[in-house]
Amino acid sequence: MSDLMACHECDLLTQIPPLPKHGSAYCQRCGSLLLSSKPNSIERSLALALASLFLYLVAISCPFLAMQTGGFEQQSNLITGVWLLYKQKMEGMATVVFLTCVLFPLLQILGLLYVLLPIYLKRRARYSVQIFRFVQQLQPWCMMEVFMLGILVSLVKLAKLAQIIPGPSLWAFAVLIVTSAAQLTVLDTHDVWDALGDSDGNH
Amino acid sequence: MATTELTARHMGMVSCHTCHLLCTPPDIQERQLACCPRCGSTLHGRKPNSLARCLALVIAASVLMFPAQMLPITITSALGHTQSDTILSGVIYFIHSGMWPIALVIFIASVFVPFCKILILILLMLSVQFRWRWNPRDRTRLYRITELVGRWSMVDVYVVTILVALVKLGAVASIDAGPGAAFFAAVVILTMYAAEYFDPRLIWDVMEETDE
Repeated sequence: MSDLMACHECDLLTQIPPLPKHGSAYCQRCGSLLLSSKPNSIERSLALALASLFLYLVAISCPFLAMQTGGFEQQSNLITGVWLLYKQKMEGMATVVFLTCVLFPLLQILGLLYVLLPIYLKRRARYSVQIFRFVQQLQPWCMMEVFMLGILVSLVKLAKLAQIIPGPSLWAFAVLIVTSAAQLTVLDTHDVWDALGDSDGNH
Repeated sequence: MATTELTARHMGMVSCHTCHLLCTPPDIQERQLACCPRCGSTLHGRKPNSLARCLALVIAASVLMFPAQMLPITITSALGHTQSDTILSGVIYFIHSGMWPIALVIFIASVFVPFCKILILILLMLSVQFRWRWNPRDRTRLYRITELVGRWSMVDVYVVTILVALVKLGAVASIDAGPGAAFFAAVVILTMYAAEYFDPRLIWDVMEETDE
């Protein structure tokens, strides 16, 4: 593996020395982050991805919020919210919310597990390269943390109208945001690409 | 860390957009594509048609910005009384009811950030097109911030979704999503794509041209 790297924001070539533990290298010309040392990145990311998958299942299946007004209670979870939008002829918005908060996060977690587990077990899996590429492209479109802010804003907005009872899924969702963000921050993508490049052999 | 003062382009190399592998692409004929040997992504020295694509998306986003800000995003009906709210009237409502932090969050995420993002992208495109030499490092930082912050604009779309889902109490009150919400979601997505298509390396290419 070569130590020469081009900055992806200004294209400057930089010779990167072996980094100290938790050290980072920044581009000297434009200041963007080139590389940071992340020890045990694959194991850590794998653990967080497993935790995320479990939390995701809880977040999706349990009631999210319940609203109480004068003896009348309405429960809703993530899916019913999307479904209600869809029924109101807001198909476009329903699709956007479904993709960014339900489908993409799930695909990201599953994709990461599919790629990392074989690397951890020192095996090969088919289509790992394509799937990891997809996981990286998906990243900006997973917006669960933005959704959480949306929940907080709507809770304040509705506080006057009715009593809101947070469901178990809300807590799972809050932790899920942390683990799903962490699963990619602790991961050194260069480690993954190196491992995938090696197992591909002839390239 | 040794800096070579040379760019990958000078050395005839290309850094893969996906996995950042430095490659030396073979000479290719027209209508042929070079692929990264490690991850298989198509290799480009710079993002293809970066300015044209970014400009097209920014124009589309600017046009949709008008209905997004002017049409109602929520339509509330309670006890036979209906009320339409646009993004700004929502902000004003929060200020009047004394909820400053929420008003600020909504204003920054739904008005300030989208407008700034469009203006910054236009500024960056102009700076590349007309070969400005002003502070490339700051312009790169501006781009980085724009790319990071854009996603948070989606917050209003989610607020509408949650309100619609929760307040379906039939008899008492109901909230429906207005047409503005869909336009606003489109603006956010278009500007996210626009930022993705802009290539910050173009800022630095200009600097090198005039150095020589």
